[in-house]
Amino acid sequence: MRWHWRGATLHVVLAIAGLLSLFPFYWTLVMATNTTADIYRFPPKFTLGSQLDDNVRAVLANVAFFQSMGNTVVVAVATTLLVLFFDSLAAFTFAKYRFPGRNALFVILLATMLLPAQLGAIPQFQTMAAFGWVGSLKALIIPAAANAFGIFWLRQYFSSSIHDELVEAATLDGCGFLGVYRHVALPSARPALAFLGIFTFVGSWNDYFWPLVVLTNPDHLTLQVALSSLNRSHGVDYSMVMTGALMAMVPLIVIFIVFARQFIKGATEGAVRG
Amino acid sequence: MTKRGILSYWRFYLALSPFYILFLIFGLYPMASTILLGFQKWDGFSPRTFVGLQNFAFLIEDSTFWLALKNTVVLFFMSTVPTLAIALVLAVMLNSAVRFSSVYRIAYFIPNITSLVAAAIFFAAVFSTNFGLINSGLRALGIETQDWLGQPWGIKIAISTMIVWQWAGYNTIIYLAGLQAIPREQYEAAKVDGAGATRTFFSITLPQLRPVVLFTVVTATIGGLQTFTEPQVMVGNSGGVGQSGLTIVMYFYQQAFLNNDYGYAAAIALSIFMLVLLFTAINWKLVGGRGKQ
Repeated sequence: MRWHWRGATLHVVLAIAGLLSLFPFYWTLVMATNTTADIYRFPPKFTLGSQLDDNVRAVLANVAFFQSMGNTVVVAVATTLLVLFFDSLAAFTFAKYRFPGRNALFVILLATMLLPAQLGAIPQFQTMAAFGWVGSLKALIIPAAANAFGIFWLRQYFSSSIHDELVEAATLDGCGFLGVYRHVALPSARPALAFLGIFTFVGSWNDYFWPLVVLTNPDHLTLQVALSSLNRSHGVDYSMVMTGALMAMVPLIVIFIVFARQFIKGATEGAVRG
Repeated sequence: MTKRGILSYWRFYLALSPFYILFLIFGLYPMASTILLGFQKWDGFSPRTFVGLQNFAFLIEDSTFWLALKNTVVLFFMSTVPTLAIALVLAVMLNSAVRFSSVYRIAYFIPNITSLVAAAIFFAAVFSTNFGLINSGLRALGIETQDWLGQPWGIKIAISTMIVWQWAGYNTIIYLAGLQAIPREQYEAAKVDGAGATRTFFSITLPQLRPVVLFTVVTATIGGLQTFTEPQVMVGNSGGVGQSGLTIVMYFYQQAFLNNDYGYAAAIALSIFMLVLLFTAINWKLVGGRGKQ
């Protein structure tokens, strides 16, 4: 009997925490489907309204939403593909081959993870100016095209999941370095690549500091910067701004729910092993 | 293995080269250049002039810098302590309740993948003085409403609430994985020895969890000391009333990209970097050091 009650209490607490986690999404939906006047009432409206169409139209009239979203998609997809390719190639090399300087290069790789990237933003901006990339999406994609975290994380995966004999057998069968990478490494690393891919995509989609600095043309922004500027100029029009926030969140939440299992598994593995 | 010339390994170096080339251009160079810039005066147009330690001397005298530093550290504690405490409690509970575990996990993780800008807009609305949900709740209970975003403590509470919401679930999942990695035999041995739940928690669970706790504390420190988006979106570039939401990275952004005082901003950046290293070292000593017996 005592256990029964304890189990029930556990679930009540866990469920309340879950509701608090999810409540902001419901409340965003409430604000996005009502008028600002409904939100400004006391007591406020707690149910969904029918104003979503009008609110969406207001967002589209005030900010180049689809263009910003298009930019964000281009940046997130390009960054993710480049990261997956460059990181997996480097990680596989570190995990399965020996060559002079390997350990030193790996230590350097680990050390780079300690450098807070946004603190180099001033010279970074000058570099972008020298390349002619200020205001261009290239300024977001190219510097992010390979990263230490992904290489470190994938290397652990390759080390433990691919046996050396498999690499040797493929080599004896006449596979070159790239052949082994393509036919042995990539197929076996699918779950790890899925995690790194979603992780990179989410990070790129939500990135704010660097796009805010380097995207100087107000007509050519990413979603996050556009949303922030909508908030600054129309902050009092809650229902409209919240609709914008909703529209910026939804694609990512859908992607996350589809891949949730793999993602959570990947996120925890890195922390527990590392 | 026979000796081979270093050139025969060219494929491997080529495979590693993208990361190192990008790091040289977009990681090492900006950092080295920032160090140099910290000793210069520059507005981005006129030639750079060497000013020695002047930027750092000014930094020590600059009350706004110290305020931003204080805000950052206060916000860090106000958000990290509840985040990790809630996460630990939830993880222990989740570890014993098996049903619906994956539903809870997904629900707890979603805030962490939500855009910071969207979440900051949401929390600003919830803490809004006249029509925010929090004040409506207080009014319904007959408690005096607060001008949350119009007073220094209110701003800090609003910002840390958002950070707790966004990170408690993430850390819960990490702790849960750590808990599940603890060998069952240790608990059974404790049971045989007659240890109660509390003693088991402090003598087995917590020590075994130490590396994971270190990971979460270090991650929270590196992220927390660089807080930018939450206050910038919620209260604006100035940091709100009494600049009480102004963090040290916001001050860096202000000096660099709004005032074009690049040398001074570089000095601020270097101080943030030192601060991150210092805090990481302290964490390591406090949480990690005692682990090696």
